[in-house]
Amino acid sequence: MLEFRKDIFADERDDNLQEVGQPTQRQDMLGHVTGTSPYYDDHRFANLLHLKILRSPHAHARIRSIDDSAAARAPGVKRIIRAADVPVNLNTLLSLIQFGKDDEPSLATDVVRYKGEPILGIVATSERAALEALALVRVSYDQLPAVFDVEEALKPGAPSVNATYPKNTFEYYGKYDHQKVRFGDVEAAFKQADIVVEDRYQMSPIEHAPTETNGSIAVPDTNGRFIVYTSTQALFFSLDTSAKINAVQSNQLHFIGGTVGGGFGGKVDTLTEPLSILAARLTGAPVRYRFGRHEEMQFGSPRGAERIYIKDGVMKDGRIVARQARAYFDSGAYTRLSSYAVVKCAAHIPGPYTIPNVHADIYCVFTNRTPATAMRGFGVTALDFALECQMDKLATAVGMDPLEFRILNAYRDGDMKAHRREAKNCALIECAQVAAEKANWPLRDEFRRMSSRQGGTHERAGVADRTRTPILVPAAKPAPADGTDRTRPIVTPPVPAAPQRIAYERPAPPPPAGTAPPPPPPRSAPPPPPAPAGSTHGAARFSSVFGTRRR
Amino acid sequence: MARHRGRGVATINYPIGMNLGGDPSQALVHSNPTGKFTVALSSIDLGQGMKSVTRQICAETLGVPVEDVYVDTADSDTGPHCMGSFASRGTHRVGNAVMVAAREARAVMMEAAAEELEVDPGDLETDGKGNIRVKGAPHRSISVRDVAIAAQFRQGKTISGRGIFLVPLSDVDPETGEMSPATCYAHACLIAEVEVDDETGDVTVVKMTSAYEIGRAINPRLVEQQLVGGAWMGMSHALYETPEPYYPDTRNGPRDFNEYLMPGPGDICPHDIIVLERPAPDGPFGAKGPGEMCANPVLPAIANAVFNAVGVRIDELPITPEKILRAIKARGGAAGAGRTR
Repeated sequence: MLEFRKDIFADERDDNLQEVGQPTQRQDMLGHVTGTSPYYDDHRFANLLHLKILRSPHAHARIRSIDDSAAARAPGVKRIIRAADVPVNLNTLLSLIQFGKDDEPSLATDVVRYKGEPILGIVATSERAALEALALVRVSYDQLPAVFDVEEALKPGAPSVNATYPKNTFEYYGKYDHQKVRFGDVEAAFKQADIVVEDRYQMSPIEHAPTETNGSIAVPDTNGRFIVYTSTQALFFSLDTSAKINAVQSNQLHFIGGTVGGGFGGKVDTLTEPLSILAARLTGAPVRYRFGRHEEMQFGSPRGAERIYIKDGVMKDGRIVARQARAYFDSGAYTRLSSYAVVKCAAHIPGPYTIPNVHADIYCVFTNRTPATAMRGFGVTALDFALECQMDKLATAVGMDPLEFRILNAYRDGDMKAHRREAKNCALIECAQVAAEKANWPLRDEFRRMSSRQGGTHERAGVADRTRTPILVPAAKPAPADGTDRTRPIVTPPVPAAPQRIAYERPAPPPPAGTAPPPPPPRSAPPPPPAPAGSTHGAARFSSVFGTRRR
Repeated sequence: MARHRGRGVATINYPIGMNLGGDPSQALVHSNPTGKFTVALSSIDLGQGMKSVTRQICAETLGVPVEDVYVDTADSDTGPHCMGSFASRGTHRVGNAVMVAAREARAVMMEAAAEELEVDPGDLETDGKGNIRVKGAPHRSISVRDVAIAAQFRQGKTISGRGIFLVPLSDVDPETGEMSPATCYAHACLIAEVEVDDETGDVTVVKMTSAYEIGRAINPRLVEQQLVGGAWMGMSHALYETPEPYYPDTRNGPRDFNEYLMPGPGDICPHDIIVLERPAPDGPFGAKGPGEMCANPVLPAIANAVFNAVGVRIDELPITPEKILRAIKARGGAAGAGRTR
């Protein structure tokens, strides 16, 4: 059952709307329930050809030779597609936004780096003919040592997986093998903390399991164009990727999609379109390339595995004073989109809580498994699992109710987040209160009265020097007449107007080698405004996240 | 041997749109000669309701009934650029682009109506039923249909609009991770109640209670569809799914749905959902987007509920009966935290 709590935040909303907020039947409902909505594979063509792919049986091997002569003579075979036929064989998906280096071939050339990597394609008059011809291809391999564990892959002497990134890590800003988060001083805070809790979390890969597997049909059109019916989740992303790999102009391709049988992130990678287009160009006939269920499950990219270590420092009164995270994204053999998720994960740390000292190192690691990709909650799902299990352990450690513990540490409007932007439009506390009420989870009055809109300050992201006497001060705003929040002790240092976390009297963290630390602002300075998006940083900083800008 | 009940909770937030921004979407809106509107997009409807959400946003902005708007999407020859349907960006990014386009189209529509009614456009309003009328004088009115006919055939005006929405790309400081990852966040709290069999290790999810703050529910039924379906996926992630059951060992991978475990209809539990709306300052009518986040709180809430039920922490997903039984054995028996309330 779904119900609304319109009373909460009512003063921030205009509810005088006509169409927005109505439970209108979906525009495509009739088509869906009568089976007439057109999916990519509902389009029918005379003389349709079928593309099937020979995949590596080994996780890591050098290809010594390929003999496809028998396959070429097999009944129904129209064309064999080899790596040399692909105009631009090496690509990386995020090259469209200038992020990362080309590292993945459409068809493997000399080395296969995961079990299931495409080696060669056969275009035939039926799927059966294509599959029977694939069985006639003889490939000779020299097997190579493989690595499957993210931490093993980082050890000296580990097999090198990806020729573009030989150290098995994606490269950030042209100089780091991981994404950093540095906020406050976790080491000092761990010393101050009453209790330190550290643990390891692991999420295994997960399959998107869409009802409709990945696929596309490329059809030669007039005037040198191709119409492509596709299951993609990102029409122009797939179009531009296909244009690059095929070395054609983007306006030679006419992509049609839009109704997709489940995606969940698994239909962004453009796994089939480049080769179905290439096959249509080479044969002059419409060509379909669709994954079978086994291909989809084992060789269509999954949600990648993540290993996350979290170490937290907490005070006996329940305040979390430090959070340190180290996470490894298992990207599989190639980058695809994992490099992006690493930065998103870094942005999500330390979760929706106000913690004054945060430190994180997030790695995108290459291993000899199916390349991972986006899935619902990309970069966040596994981290939320780790953080919220950790929150329960912390609550147990300090003897607090797990929900009250979360409310106490929840971020509020005006708090400073670890990525150095002010929190606004928060509602975590209200969600906790409403869910608790509905589930009859008892909360004490003071926790029922707390609000995301009150009590948040930049100072809350600072922690008092424990050698001083903590001073209990009221919230920055005058306490409301109803007593909201009056019971909440806010520990701040004696200088109430201290503008920014760095101004607290803690030893400054040592500067990273070779870089000049930013000068701390004077204590009397006004709070720094959050930097506007897209602003340019100082000369010492890189101009962009796209450290390896290509164009 | 016994079945133990336990409850667990998780609270989460989720960023809306691609991390760091830089992910534009465009929309085109135009009227046909009889006052019916088409929204042209290239965004994908994966079942999440992209077409319906943008249709309602367009109708609201134009001030016409939703039946008079049709969304045509995902043809690269006619639909303008969209980054794609992922990152919980559809409602927020595409919805905003549609709003911009619809506002531009509405301005032309009101000008055309003003010319027909011989009044100032600023004195006109839509009634949401397909008519444009003079404020305070509703008898002076003209239908959107007649306005469109007049614009097309008499005035030579095109009732159309173009829209784009772009959150400018944020830099990232390589040393500190300082960045602007998102302009708004959705929020959730989910409480899961489970029953754990200490003989078989089986976990049954008995009940879920959740609160989601999503800015604005453009369509409550589509929101419900997302939140119920997402919770099912979260349960599936927590307890069943992986193509590598003994990761990082690559063996024993499933090949089809006989081998890839997912919960069936009998495993679905009652789920009470409460929706809160704190409008995002830059969302279309304040909307954020519930798409991705609704699987996330279920995983830790179930893990925490298992601990509450039998006293073991399973920190590796999925939480299979095998892992639970091994942990109970290592612990010397099942013992709940006694917090089942």
